[in-house]
Amino acid sequence: MNPHLVLRVVSKLLIPIIVIFGFYVHFHGDYSPGGGFQAGVIIASAVILYALIFGMDAAREAVPAWFVRAGSAIGVLIYGGTGFVTWLLGGNFLSYDMLDPESTHHAGQHLGILLVELGVLTTVFSVMVVIFYTFASRAPDIPEGEW
Amino acid sequence: MIEALTSFLPPILADHAVVLAVVIPLSLAPVAAIMPNGRLGWLVALLGTLAAAILTLSVAGDVAQNGIISYALGDWAPPHGIEFRVDALNAAVLILVSALGLLGVVYALPSVADEIARDKQSLFYSAFLVCFAGLMGVASTGDAFNMFVFLEISSISTYTLVGMGAGNDRRALTAAYNYLILGTIGATFFVIGVGFLYMATGTLNMADIAERLPAVQDSRVVQAAFAFIIVGLGLKAAMFPLHLWLPNAYAFAPNFVTVFLASTATKVAFYTLIRFVFDIFPSDAPFVQVSFLWVFAVLGVIGMIAGSIQAIFQNDARRLLAFSSVAQVGYMMLGLGIGTMAGISAGVLHLLNHAMMKGALFMALGIFALRFGVRQISDLSGLARTMPATSVAFTVGALSLVGVPMTVGFWSKWYLVGAALDAGWWWAAAAVIISSLLALAYVARLLAAIWVGKVPVHRGEEIRSRAPLTMAVPLWILAAANVVFFFDLSPVLELARAAAEAAFAGGIR
Repeated sequence: MNPHLVLRVVSKLLIPIIVIFGFYVHFHGDYSPGGGFQAGVIIASAVILYALIFGMDAAREAVPAWFVRAGSAIGVLIYGGTGFVTWLLGGNFLSYDMLDPESTHHAGQHLGILLVELGVLTTVFSVMVVIFYTFASRAPDIPEGEW
Repeated sequence: MIEALTSFLPPILADHAVVLAVVIPLSLAPVAAIMPNGRLGWLVALLGTLAAAILTLSVAGDVAQNGIISYALGDWAPPHGIEFRVDALNAAVLILVSALGLLGVVYALPSVADEIARDKQSLFYSAFLVCFAGLMGVASTGDAFNMFVFLEISSISTYTLVGMGAGNDRRALTAAYNYLILGTIGATFFVIGVGFLYMATGTLNMADIAERLPAVQDSRVVQAAFAFIIVGLGLKAAMFPLHLWLPNAYAFAPNFVTVFLASTATKVAFYTLIRFVFDIFPSDAPFVQVSFLWVFAVLGVIGMIAGSIQAIFQNDARRLLAFSSVAQVGYMMLGLGIGTMAGISAGVLHLLNHAMMKGALFMALGIFALRFGVRQISDLSGLARTMPATSVAFTVGALSLVGVPMTVGFWSKWYLVGAALDAGWWWAAAAVIISSLLALAYVARLLAAIWVGKVPVHRGEEIRSRAPLTMAVPLWILAAANVVFFFDLSPVLELARAAAEAAFAGGIR
């Protein structure tokens, strides 16, 4: 019988909701408080909660270290890539209107913000998890038994 | 000369060159981070700096021909959006950073392979690209808060780069930590100053601030902003007595990092000082006028003498050159403090020349370190026989540092002394000469070890060694530049004069 049964059940219920809430914060970031940074932190907190309750090994299986390392780079590329796309479409760097020049209600602006925030989300999420993994997998200076 | 460079790029590149020169290296940084090995990471860094160098040439040509370039990021028109704004002053700095960045990367491969752990090399190049892009950004932006962001981008990656010297010497960690604390204080002071300016003027765009400041220049807020910004940027530029982070950071960082930092980072910070003192703050305001003499000139003079004296007593070769850098920053500060057109142009001239000298010196030391693990001055003993070519290049750089004729360092001192005498500051001119004599003393220690020190012998035979070709070529380019520009200073002088004129005209306004 695992002593942390309640924690396990509750966190299994909570983790998907936390992730969905994270995406909610992301997709509403363009016209309400929130955005990629907050969303990334929220989603990373789901992974961290999972690691705290189920252990580092399970967490590493769910979200591998190579995944977050690549993610931290890819997020920046999504952000920069949005800028390069608007440039190649003939506008200034990061001029989102180029993404949908026909629009009468600045759909390009919305799309552009969501895209760069997606980049922010990816990098923030990955870096948060990388930092947690790095600290969590350090061997303790004093062995557990000697406290 | 530089006008001939315009329009060698297609319009889609040329029109956006000013922003691409920053964002291409910045976007290549994550690419370098996910490269599987150091060699590929190096290739990505080479691509990034090469692209930046080519784009910068196009920007500089454009500025020389058409004057100020203004670029609205995301089509948000300044002063509301972030603006990249380049005139002759920052064009000169951009050329310096991109050229030294490119030469540095060409040089880097064997040195980094030797000093950085195998699995960290691609991350190392990634941090370098971030630092490079940050410096380019500082020198391009026309927005005061954006400048803070870029300063932090470059500084934070610099702390990492310095700390990576820990593989060689654990003291790199404390050096990086010291630098982190002082650098963060500097950045904080700077952003407090920018906050005050925002409070007084309601804008963050540098040109816009400059326009609004004269009306409110008597307010204490603006004067406090000036003080905070000078201290903050002075820390970044290693202005005496805010230089305490510099000697250890240069001495214990990986050799390539020292080459790059010594020739670019403090120069960019010095550029920001000129920009704020001359263009943004009204340079005829009493509190700015007072700072010329009592902050920049006096501290510059004390710095160049104190730095040189401290350099004489060092035993670590790189630490010696680092203290000499503190002294050289003093020369630039003096140029700024003289406050005339001749003074500024002498300061900028020395900024460009010093990058060539220190670049060459640290590159040569890096080669010695790669071949023989040289760190102390006594280790340099007899290297003139062991590695003659590299020793000659080192000697050229060292003589240029003293300012002997036939090297470009001579012109630095010539114009600086001339500017000081024109302003009637005979004491400053005397200080330059005294400091040069002190420089002769510490340079003599290095050169004596190399040329007349005992030649190392191994089993009865003299040791011979050569520099790897990719390291020797950038070293020789810089060493040759030190000599060639003595005979024809006009390209460098033209850059420096145009920069001073831009600063003086309140070019940004």
